[in-house]
Amino acid sequence: MTSWRPTASREALARRAGLLAAVRQFFQTRGVLEVETPLLSSAAVTDIHLESFLAHPPGGTPYYLQTSPEFPMKRLLAAGSGAIYQICKVFRGGESGTRHNPEFTLLEWYRPGFDHYQLMDEVDELLNQLLGCLPAQRLSYREAFQQQAAIDPLLATGAELRHRALTLGIGEVSLADSDRDGWLDLLLTHQVAPALGSNGHPCFLYDYPASQAALAKIRPGDPPVAERFEVFIGGLELGNGYHELTNAEEQRQRFLADLAQRRRRGLPEPPMDETLLAALTEGLPDCAGIAIGLDRLLMIALGERDIGAVLAFPFRP
Amino acid sequence: MASFSTNEIKSGLKLLLDNDPCVVLENEYVKPGKGQAFNRIKTRNLRTGRVVERTYKSGDSLEGADVVDVELQYSYNDGDHWYFMDQETFEQYPADREAVADAVKWIKPEDVCVVTLFNGAPLTVAAPNQVVLRVTETDPGLRGDTSSGGSKPATLETGTVVRVPLFVSIDDLIRVDTRTGDYVSRAKE
Repeated sequence: MTSWRPTASREALARRAGLLAAVRQFFQTRGVLEVETPLLSSAAVTDIHLESFLAHPPGGTPYYLQTSPEFPMKRLLAAGSGAIYQICKVFRGGESGTRHNPEFTLLEWYRPGFDHYQLMDEVDELLNQLLGCLPAQRLSYREAFQQQAAIDPLLATGAELRHRALTLGIGEVSLADSDRDGWLDLLLTHQVAPALGSNGHPCFLYDYPASQAALAKIRPGDPPVAERFEVFIGGLELGNGYHELTNAEEQRQRFLADLAQRRRRGLPEPPMDETLLAALTEGLPDCAGIAIGLDRLLMIALGERDIGAVLAFPFRP
Repeated sequence: MASFSTNEIKSGLKLLLDNDPCVVLENEYVKPGKGQAFNRIKTRNLRTGRVVERTYKSGDSLEGADVVDVELQYSYNDGDHWYFMDQETFEQYPADREAVADAVKWIKPEDVCVVTLFNGAPLTVAAPNQVVLRVTETDPGLRGDTSSGGSKPATLETGTVVRVPLFVSIDDLIRVDTRTGDYVSRAKE
């Protein structure tokens, strides 16, 4: 018989409802405005590791389903919205596993006037309220790699990172030596991240390599670093935040660099979001923002190891 | 043989890794928040039984292995090979010592075994979980003793020695569990 039953227990459904209410309470008391923005867009993210779904209306041109609400939320900020948050569904093609579902729920918020350090403080308070977590630990990306993998992630060459992966027993992987970021991602997922956020203390990993800035400001220095952070509990990555890039021209150059990389890799080349660039040109206030996966937060709250246990109906091909 | 992308690989799929057929036990998708996705694929080598886990870049493609399980009837052995027959086509499949491995301790002609074929040739042979074999040699038992816990060695018609209860005698048929090598019961003709 066709399997139709939910994979989440009644208790998990109730915890989800409770979590949503607690998140809304948290932001209401802080005067952060809840907003809604469209799921469908005629432009898409250019990040080479995020694939957008296409939605085809009958007889019309297709739209992209958002991979995060970041671009329209930044347009609201540029229009003077002040601090805002959103809880919405996002869609990422090809992401499916015990920790991934191609359609999942994000909590995303932006704080004008905050940098990424101040936003980490607020995330820490949210995790304390929602999960009863102890105060978070903070570790720079560089310190974490030095501690867990005995290598400097900002200075090591691709060949050195490959060699480190081999000596750590991760094995040979079909990445080119020139793909430095690929090797860093391999070491992060296999060696560094599993050790982050243990004993009830979440862990903030911050100041990423400039090559992994995504939409974060790059802080000049030797070497420069991206003002980006991620938060981990029990090795599970919960969210990704930035001290947001506000420079329209630099943002355009990053989009163009992504698209050039996509062309080299034979990936789809979606149109970049000109409405975001226009908003940045008009002026995005200095701000920090973060997206947190609520399904993963629920996994931690319930001690579940499979995302299917917190979703009524997970995507199962 | 077809090849499979990392996102199509599910447990149970047979892959060719380093020229050996392997069965997929687990395929775990691993991806940082932003960045390169990987698949950690755990497999068991069907020839050696060794379990290994390897990491692939998501989207890499891996070659499938032509591996099938078939029920074949054991016919005879000529010293080098053990011959198994498809009861419908009467095709004969010679299995070498490595393929039959421990199964030789238990099988006799006409037994039906599950034979795993790799590229059409026997890779492994699994004896039935339980077999009935005749005792060819054992010390005389204690007459009438059908309950005491004692045991003694007995040689079976395949040459294998197992522990049996004291009441078992030469020419008795006994049922043996091939997974543990334990005596199960006496059996009828």
